Order: sequence, then structure tokens, then C-alpha cells
Amino acid sequence: MAIRRMQSIINHLLALAVSLIMFIPVYLVFVNALKTRAEAAAMSAAFPTVLMWENFATVIERGKLVTAFGNSVLYAVSATVIGTTAAALAAYVLSRNRTRFNRFIYFFIIMGIAMPTNFVTLMKVMQMTRLLNTQLGIILLYAAASIPFSVFLIYAFIGTLPRELDEAAIIDGCSPLRLFFSVIYPLLTPVLVTAGVLNLLGIWNEFLLPLYYLNSSAYWPMTLAVYNFFGQFQADWSLVSANIVLTILPVIIVYLFAQRFILSGMTAGSVKG
Amino acid sequence: MKSRVYPFYFASGALLLYLLFSVLPSLMGFYYAFTDWNSYSSEVNFVGLQNFRLIFASGVGQNYMHFVRNTIIFTVATILLKTVFALALAVLLTSGIHRLAYVHRVVMYLPAVLPMLVVSLVFKSILNPASGLLNEFLRSIGLGFMAQRWLVDVTWAMPSVIGVDTWRGVGYIMVIMIAGLQAIPKEYYEAAAIDGASAFSSFRRITLPLMMPVLTVTTVLNLLYGLRVFDIVFVLTNGGPGRATDTVYTAIFDEFSKGRYGVATTLSTLLFLIMISLGYFVIRMMHRESEE
Repeated sequence: MAIRRMQSIINHLLALAVSLIMFIPVYLVFVNALKTRAEAAAMSAAFPTVLMWENFATVIERGKLVTAFGNSVLYAVSATVIGTTAAALAAYVLSRNRTRFNRFIYFFIIMGIAMPTNFVTLMKVMQMTRLLNTQLGIILLYAAASIPFSVFLIYAFIGTLPRELDEAAIIDGCSPLRLFFSVIYPLLTPVLVTAGVLNLLGIWNEFLLPLYYLNSSAYWPMTLAVYNFFGQFQADWSLVSANIVLTILPVIIVYLFAQRFILSGMTAGSVKG
Repeated sequence: MKSRVYPFYFASGALLLYLLFSVLPSLMGFYYAFTDWNSYSSEVNFVGLQNFRLIFASGVGQNYMHFVRNTIIFTVATILLKTVFALALAVLLTSGIHRLAYVHRVVMYLPAVLPMLVVSLVFKSILNPASGLLNEFLRSIGLGFMAQRWLVDVTWAMPSVIGVDTWRGVGYIMVIMIAGLQAIPKEYYEAAAIDGASAFSSFRRITLPLMMPVLTVTTVLNLLYGLRVFDIVFVLTNGGPGRATDTVYTAIFDEFSKGRYGVATTLSTLLFLIMISLGYFVIRMMHRESEE
């Protein structure tokens, strides 16, 4: 009995130690965001001696974070809505009408999960379509990038919805569009939330596409603002930390509220195959 | 009848976006891989296999094979480390402890939802040789001799990058493994316990074999990620010191920013061929499993 108690205590300590290691970087940016420039120089784990709340005001003003925040919200929300809706529509017809051709299209789309982006020729495509350095361009790029994984998730879910629903709606005289939007779409809510949240966070966190395809600083999202801010104020970890806190706070809040959906989405395709 | 109820045009939006922004650039890559496309001249000339020769010749100064080697080292190391740690943590959180297990799971997954950029920037400061938290910690517990010049030392840079990437990715793999472990019926362990099996032998004889499909999936995910690794290296070391941590994707970006679009595209296209063949096998394999 004593041995089992010991074992259980050791297990708890082990889990606690690992959780601490996983949490340290987040803790570091939060405490250093409130320090003076000199105190934050080493990014130490110590508490701040004076609380520098004004760091946030400074960084919002100098990093033009109001615009950047608005841009991030605009890109993440519109690309998620466009991408997830397009993916749901595609997954729906491909899953319901499994002809040879449709199966091929399904596999063709989910191949995109493994496909690397060719940034060089994508630049050319952006120029040809006159989408380079436009907000619409970046939104469409993000929407396109999210499609393979969303189709994969939603396709599997639609397979679990009974076809009798569709038949009943058709007999009642529903058009295909109405059938989808008033009958199927509401039933897809759980998987749409999962796909939506994953896409939202993924887009919010990304910084390469804007780095290469948006030149005007007025279009930059939060991550790129951080990247640029780091370049300018490398020596000032208190301001860089404050900037990071403002970038990751929305991510952490969304994560805590939606973790059930995120964790289920991550395991969906992989365990059931 | 069916195509009237489920009209194909429903798929056109997704298909169009995918074709235009993912498939088209990849296909264009095959054309530009045979050209001298660059930023200095507006002319694009056909140069045959010159770009491929440059990459495979791995001659003076231009060690492209070096990037391939780095990518493979990174991929293999992160697959092994993430799998071992994630499996250990998953077992710990499913059978080692019960109280607070869910809280630990949420905390351990947290790094995976943070922006890679932020993770890399923070670790740049943690791994700072002079003032970084890691070296400070090692010195404070009397292990100062273990302090290294992590990201700026040629021998330690790659292991450091691998370490940071493992830190970030282990929670994600662990969550998948927890789902796998929870799908194993408890009766198997009970029966084994009655037969007097030790914890280790029930892990070897029950857990491991039944986890094989999950381990395959996580390995594939890590593999697809590892071969395409970019942003963590880009921010942590930008391929340095020297070119010690350059991977295929950072090399592509290096060529891209130097304006040598032809070479960049050739590398991208080669990566595309490898990834697509892997993707094809993976999809076929997963598909067969779901049919059974």
C-alpha cells in the first residue's frame, strides 16, 4: 500500500514538472511584459518590482497594434468563414454522391494536406490575379490553405448523418441549396466549430504569407507586427513581451473556451482512421 | 437523380480555391524548375537540367545535400523524441494519475496552439548563452558545466532546434495517443493483472501492439511536418550559425530572397514530389484501414 502511495505521489510530481516546463514560456512573457526595460533584459522568471502597465499602452501605440489587431480579426474570421463554408459544401456533395469521379476529387483535395506550398510560383499567381499586397488576396490564400483539412474533417462527419433526412426534405419539395442550408448545415455545427476554431487559431498564428505577400504595414496582422517589433526593439524584451502577450491572449482565451472542440478535432481523423 | 439533389457545383468554390492557390503553383513549379527565372532579368530562359545538376552536384560551397541531411536528421530526431515522450506522458495521464489529469492535458497541449513565431522568439531568449533562463538555471543548481552556447554553437544549434520543436509538438502527439489509449478496453489489463503480469509486460504485450495504428498515424503526421519544417528554424537560427541548421525549406527561402527563383522552384518541386508520393501512400493506407 505504501509503495502504491509513493508511486502515485511520484506520478503527480512528474506530471506537475512536465506541466511547469510546458507553461514556463507563457509565464515568462506575462511577467516580463510588466517589468521595466532594465529588469526584463534577461527575461528572468522573477516577479517585477514595479508593475509597468504602461508597457501595453506604449506597445499598442508604437507597434500600431490597433490596426494590426483589426487586420488579424478580419483575416482570421473571413478566411475561416469562406474556407469552412466552401469545404462543407464540397464535403457534403462528395460524401453524399460517391461516384468514382467524386471519390477521385475527394482524394485529390485531401492530398493538399501533404502538399508543400511553392512560395515562389505562388508569388507569380498572386501577381497574375492582381491579389498581391491586397487584403482580399491574403484572405483567399488562407481560405484555400484551410480547405484540404476541413474537407477531410467534415466529410467523415457527414458520413454519420442519416440520408433519410435528405430524402424527407426532398419529398417536402426542398431545393438542393435549401436542403443544405436549412437541414444539413445546422446538424454540422459540432464539426464546423471544430474546423472553424482550428482554422481561426491557425490563421491568427501564421506570419509567413503576410510576410511575403503583404508589403504595406497597414495590412499587417498581429504576428507580423510582433516580428517587426522584435526587429526594431530587440533589446527591449519588456515591450516585445507586452506585444507577445497581446498577440497570444486571444489565442489562450479561445483555447480555454474551445479546448474540447480542439482536442476532439485533433484526434478525430487520426484514431478512427 | 443523385447529381440533381447533390449538384457538383457545390464543390466548385473549394475546388477553385484549391486549384488556384495550391495546385496551380505546384504545377507551375515543374515548368520553372527548368528555367533560369530570377529577379535580375525579366527574361526567363529554358536551361534544361542545370538547376537539378546544381542541387545534386553538391560541389563547392553549394552544399544542397547538406540541407537534405539536416532535414532528415531533424525529422528522424523529432519523430523519435516526440513519440517516446508523448507515449510516456499519455500513459502517465491515463493510468498514472487520475485527479487533475485533464488539467495537465490542457496545459501540455497549450504550446501547440501558440504561434510558432512567439514560441521561437521566447526560446531565443531562454537559450541565450549569457543571460538566458536555461543557462542561469543550470548554473544556479551547480551544473554550470552543462551550460552551452545553444543556438549559436555549430554543434549545439541543431539539437537545440530539435529540443524546442519537441517541446512544442509533444503535447499534440500526446493528445492523439491519449485518445488511442482510452480506446483500449480495460478488461485486457484486468485479465493480465489477474494472470500476474507486471506493469511492464502488460505495456509490452497489450498497450504497444494495440497502439500500433495510432503510432503509425502520429509518425506520419510528424514525418509530414518534419520534412516541411520551416518557421521554427527561420526564427530561431535562420539556418545558422553558418548553415548548420539550414533545412530544405529554409534553403528554398534563402534562394527565393536572393532572387534565384529558378533554383528555389526546383527545390520546391523536388519537395513537392516527395511529399505527394508520401501523401499518396498515407491516404491509401488510412483508406484501407477505414474500409476494414
